[in-house]
Amino acid sequence: MTTGQKTFNWFNHVFLIALSVLCILPLIHVLAISLSDKTAASAGDVVLWPVHFTWQSYSYVLGKPEFMRAFWITIERVLLGILVNMFLTILLAYPLSKEARVFKYRTAYAWYFVLTILFSGGLIPTYMVVNQTHLIDSIWALIIPGAVPVFNVILLLNFFRGLPKELEEAAFVDGAKQWTVLWRLFVPLSTPALATISLFTIVGHWNSWFDGLIYMNKLEHYPLQSYLQTVIIKTDLAMQSSKDLNSLSQVSERTSKAAQIFMGALPILIIYPFLQRFFVKGIVLGSVKE
Amino acid sequence: MNKNRISQLPFHLMLLPGVFLVLVFSYGPMFGIIMSFEQYIPAKGFTGSEWIGLDNFRYVLDMPDTFTVLWNTMYIAMMKIVAGLVFPILIALLLNEVRKNVVKRTIQTLIYLPHFLSWIILGGILIDVLSPSSGIVNHFLGIFGVKPIYFLGNNHWFPFTIVISDLWKEFGFATIVYLAALTSINPVLYEAAIVDGANRWRQTLHVTLPGMTPIIVLLLTLSLGNVLNAGFDQIFNLYSPQVYESGDIIDTMVYRLGLVDAQFGPAAAVGLFKSVVSFVFISVSYLLAYRFANYRIF
Repeated sequence: MTTGQKTFNWFNHVFLIALSVLCILPLIHVLAISLSDKTAASAGDVVLWPVHFTWQSYSYVLGKPEFMRAFWITIERVLLGILVNMFLTILLAYPLSKEARVFKYRTAYAWYFVLTILFSGGLIPTYMVVNQTHLIDSIWALIIPGAVPVFNVILLLNFFRGLPKELEEAAFVDGAKQWTVLWRLFVPLSTPALATISLFTIVGHWNSWFDGLIYMNKLEHYPLQSYLQTVIIKTDLAMQSSKDLNSLSQVSERTSKAAQIFMGALPILIIYPFLQRFFVKGIVLGSVKE
Repeated sequence: MNKNRISQLPFHLMLLPGVFLVLVFSYGPMFGIIMSFEQYIPAKGFTGSEWIGLDNFRYVLDMPDTFTVLWNTMYIAMMKIVAGLVFPILIALLLNEVRKNVVKRTIQTLIYLPHFLSWIILGGILIDVLSPSSGIVNHFLGIFGVKPIYFLGNNHWFPFTIVISDLWKEFGFATIVYLAALTSINPVLYEAAIVDGANRWRQTLHVTLPGMTPIIVLLLTLSLGNVLNAGFDQIFNLYSPQVYESGDIIDTMVYRLGLVDAQFGPAAAVGLFKSVVSFVFISVSYLLAYRFANYRIF
């Protein structure tokens, strides 16, 4: 290796490591604030390590009924959402994965679904429809309008197509029905694809906030991210635009806000290591087709 | 021959729930577009409201902010598209030079993470770290004698803050695809290049980059569909009235016009404009991707 290459390697490593640290540094900073004493946090003494370590802000947040209620609504939403989304994804991907000579109307159906990716009614008409179907203020408003994830259907149908045809034919020879072939053969064989899609679905439902914000009229119906939007983002931006940038009420709340931010990210941080193994493969499968 | 006997009924039955839901919640709103041509009054409904033709569109065009909003949308979106294309390619190339697998995987794990956090979480974090009075970034800049910068409240800084924070969230995830493209380059090409006396830089220039070109072209074409998507989630959670001038985009304008000010007709008109333009761009980009990169969605 020449000196030039050695220097390059050294700089490359330093640069990439610095960059990756930069990706999580803000998160660590907020975690440190959430675990620090109020006065230390407001004085700006906390950098990456808690100052005067305390669980105070977490016991405050966990004892806050609004926070916990929003938290449970999100859990409920994730469970319902994954059931509905996955069921429909599987049910749609199977017929659409068939060739036109097996299922005559396949192409027509496929276009029917793809058109919804290309064109949409926009925010206001969509809101009106949800309003007219009387879903407002019910948890189903967060599930039903997005129940058909067309992108996931496409991902799964492409996966279904890659399965060996012989297996399917053998099953039909043995007298199996479409329904049996789907649930007994295709679904078990598609675990990697299904795992990727369900993990993305979980993350999607956990992170959604806008539908909660517009479809729920009462704060007590908000899922967690919508709730956090209201208590952290809205109040903070309003606070900062007021002239009194150092207002005491803002800084004394800093640790509890930090704790809520961290709690809102925690489930993702927990499932992330499991998620990562799958999605790298899933993305590669879905994007670099020949 | 036997194939033709296969009953089509189970297929139709399987598709039925999805067809119905999409009909109501995706096609339903498309019919709701009618309200952009009406003096829409919720109590009267689509059929009862008065038809006013293009008046909503004229009204929106006459609003003083409309062109600013259109400009902001395209300006921010274009910057995001360019940065989001160039930077991940660079990082993928650099990561490809890292030989130790443990180091490589650790870096990847860390740079993918922000993609999975919501803009609520990241917005909360950014508001805190970028705060002019108590934020750690300004604290740090202060050490070098820089006066506090109000990143989220200053019209000069706001668009850049948006683009850079979006890059921060998404560049890691975007590199996955390029890394995948890199691994599919035939190693024989590198061996041939080495025989020809090419150093690593030459190899990158003449083997790696050409090998990545198809996927770069594909992603560039597909990104065309996003010229009117400047990122609602992010901007909605980071902007405030004092940066409307530089940060208000079509989506945030539709939200305020429709759901805050209850001007349903004009809001739907702006939404329709965006949907139509986006439809054209997405269709053209898919067509180009099909033509030049042989890309198909299914």
